[in-house]
Amino acid sequence: MSTSLILLIVAVIGLAGYVLGARRSLAVAGGLSSKLHSRPGYYGSFVAVWAIVPAVFVLFIWLVASPTYISSSIRGAFPEEVKAQSEAEQGLAFGMITSIARGMNVLSLEEIDRVGSNPVDLRAALGAKGVPLAGDPQPYMVEAAGNLNTMTYVSRLAMTVVVLAVSGLGAVFAYRLIAPRFRARNRVEKVILVSLVVASSIAILTTVGIVLSMLTEATRFFTHVPAWEFFFGTVWDPRFAAAGSGGSEGQFGLIPLLLGTLYIGFVAMLFAVPIGLFSAIYMAEYASPKVRSVAKPLLEVLAGIPTIVYGFFALTTVGPFLRDLSSQLNGLVTGDYSNFIQAQSVLTAGFVMGIMLIPYVSSLSDDIITAVPRALRDGSLGLGATRSETIKRVILPAALPGIVGALLMTASRAVGETMIVVLAAGVAARIQLNPFEPMTTVTVKIVNQLTGDLEFTSPQTLVAFALGITLFAITLCLNIYALYIVRKYREQYE
Amino acid sequence: MTDVVSPVSGIPKTKSGRRDIGIKRRYAAERRFRTYGIAALSFGIIFLMVLLWSVVSKGYTAFQQTMITIPVEFSEQIIDPQNERATNPQKLLTANYPVVARNSLAKALGVSVDDRTKIRAVGQLLSDGVRTQLRDMVVANPAIIGTTQNVALLAAGDIDSAFKGQINLSVAEENRKVSDLQVTWMNQLAETGVLAKHFNTGIFVNGASSRPEAAGVGVALIGSFYMMMIVLVLSLPIGVAASIYLEEFAPKNKFTDLIEVNINNLAAVPSIVYGLLGLAVFVNFMGLPRSASLVGGLVLTLMTLPTIIIATRAALKAVPPSIRAAALGLGASKMQTIFHHVLPLAMPGILTGTIIGLAHALGETAPLLLIGMVAFVANYPTTPLDPSTALPVQIYMWANEAERAFVERTSGAIIILLLFLIVMNVGAILLRRRFERRW
Repeated sequence: MSTSLILLIVAVIGLAGYVLGARRSLAVAGGLSSKLHSRPGYYGSFVAVWAIVPAVFVLFIWLVASPTYISSSIRGAFPEEVKAQSEAEQGLAFGMITSIARGMNVLSLEEIDRVGSNPVDLRAALGAKGVPLAGDPQPYMVEAAGNLNTMTYVSRLAMTVVVLAVSGLGAVFAYRLIAPRFRARNRVEKVILVSLVVASSIAILTTVGIVLSMLTEATRFFTHVPAWEFFFGTVWDPRFAAAGSGGSEGQFGLIPLLLGTLYIGFVAMLFAVPIGLFSAIYMAEYASPKVRSVAKPLLEVLAGIPTIVYGFFALTTVGPFLRDLSSQLNGLVTGDYSNFIQAQSVLTAGFVMGIMLIPYVSSLSDDIITAVPRALRDGSLGLGATRSETIKRVILPAALPGIVGALLMTASRAVGETMIVVLAAGVAARIQLNPFEPMTTVTVKIVNQLTGDLEFTSPQTLVAFALGITLFAITLCLNIYALYIVRKYREQYE
Repeated sequence: MTDVVSPVSGIPKTKSGRRDIGIKRRYAAERRFRTYGIAALSFGIIFLMVLLWSVVSKGYTAFQQTMITIPVEFSEQIIDPQNERATNPQKLLTANYPVVARNSLAKALGVSVDDRTKIRAVGQLLSDGVRTQLRDMVVANPAIIGTTQNVALLAAGDIDSAFKGQINLSVAEENRKVSDLQVTWMNQLAETGVLAKHFNTGIFVNGASSRPEAAGVGVALIGSFYMMMIVLVLSLPIGVAASIYLEEFAPKNKFTDLIEVNINNLAAVPSIVYGLLGLAVFVNFMGLPRSASLVGGLVLTLMTLPTIIIATRAALKAVPPSIRAAALGLGASKMQTIFHHVLPLAMPGILTGTIIGLAHALGETAPLLLIGMVAFVANYPTTPLDPSTALPVQIYMWANEAERAFVERTSGAIIILLLFLIVMNVGAILLRRRFERRW
């Protein structure tokens, strides 16, 4: 029986349990719900919980455990000479066995009989049914495939029986507990509480998953390439991740990518910080409520536009515009109409990313500026300072820690931004200082290394995880520091 | 204690005897400062306009498609010369339909079928998509063989661009993709109304294609729809449950502090890192298929959760304690108080946060690139496990195509994406306006 069908049946049992449980509770109370400890619905829910939760738990464990058990027992039954081979060879053999097993389910009985154990015929017969095999199967594989099919079948059958039995028994057990003094509500609420805790720990699990998955893959990368060569290497030249190219021939230097990331981020901040900050000051201190109610949402629209749109804008509008502008300028000054700004350049990517970051800077600083106590403003204005003097001498110094925090958060966005730089920054990993030339970033290289056909053992692929954990570490540090600053600042005025 | 504050010295007295406190200079500085603010604000808004204008001006033409409506002669000579379609149905699938269309068009233009160079130029007016278009017609109804039917044929991408005025015809003939002769024909056909722009339904329903005129975001829309459903079904209950625990039940201890810091950090983790997580955990470790919208949905769920949790907590916090106190005072349990009273009151805020989170997820591209959604998918996915692509990823793929007509398609797809986002955001705003209660 398929898993979804089993789940459906369990759900039906649960539903039936709910209805029966609610009825039973009323029946034992003689029809007077006031005699019950909890309302009838809670008794029903109690039965449903007992019918569903243990059964689903068992199902889940079975689904995870049985493939592992089956594969280890099949591998254990390999002939000795196969067992002597390398881990990879055994993996290949096992893959072939699963293909044969899948194929044997497609073939009819008489076809299997006709083919017998002749490996060449079997391959042809399977090929005709659309199940390709990597090589000619060996006799032991056919036998193992048969075993595999039997075991899978038995496991499925047993799983169905056990899960349905657990569900039914759970329902009966809970049903028999129902009595007027039975505290069904407290039990059900405890279950709800546990599920709330589980839901909130998913946040922790995600972080653990990010760190663990990237650490393990990055560690595998560092077995191919020494860590110091990665972190301090100045040349990025990974070559191709072709299967069987053997060994690590490429060079994986992080420095050019990191410099590109920081440079583009810096250019972006150069545009975003003054514009964002001045907009925030204007909106918080000068603008009438009417202007504010129009301008603030408009700026926030910039934050709502997907970054791929910014990337396309940079690629088709800003890049060519800057290129043509530079060639015109060059032509006016020197008479030589060649462009000195490339269409894909640090400037293009940085500028467009800067536009994207404006709303982050402005809305974060806006919050912080408006959080500065009224008394400080009134004091300064009362002493005869103009508004701009009040802002420059009183409000900004008071808000400075918060603003620095906001800028750090924005910087972490700039470092982690992907789509704009993928489309507008270029792919050439080099160390240079001209903002008119293309450079590349950590995120661009993660995308480059992981799109296309992958082989998860080559350093060319695994390096993406090393890059990813570097990126994660940088943004994490920036964010934690920023949160710390903002929190400290907030306490100051509360 | 007898010190008298001495008058400020050092400020020179002007002729009139008043102190010059630099009032003019200071007011000028004030005006300057104010101008900077206005300039910065207008700069941001102007760029928003430029961005939207550049996308819309490039993309609105994508919603029209040039079609050539001519009587097409389904000649038995070309489709099935040996008359073997009764015995070999394969024949109808492999017949040379482009020639059928080409000859009919040549007839309409008055070009002789024997003029080899001219007839090739005629063929180039039509998209390669006519092959499937005519084939589907014939396979559905073989009786039309030998008859003549009026059919709206897809014009080739270059002709489409030329007709929309996107190809610079002043460039030397050999440097552009449309020859002078073809332009003459195009104008000739346009005058008689044979060649005209129609509303382009193809961009909404077609799958991936290497030919811009036949490419559409149909598959991407389905993929994005599946992903949004998965995100909604998973992240809303989990996010709400997590927020309820953190806001209402969690004791103040190290563990809940850890969860708090964690959620704030997860909201700021670069989206591409979620892609790496999805690749390592869902694809590599759990063995889910690459390019499947299920994996994309799971990755986007993890990414959206912090947003929803933060919004939900704010909404729960906004419900005044008096509601809780009243419910508890009437004998409700804590659970009942929350689920029967607090949660319904917080629901508008929660839904607003959820819609905004979904809108973010809909526009997210980077993590989807890593889990293999960059795929050429021409067939509709029927389940979330089938290979599929997503709207922003389709935009990314088209943005990398060189042809001019793809720029138009890309902008068209961006317009579709932005329309969805606008609808979602406006929905969120209306929801907030309609149901939000101020206490």
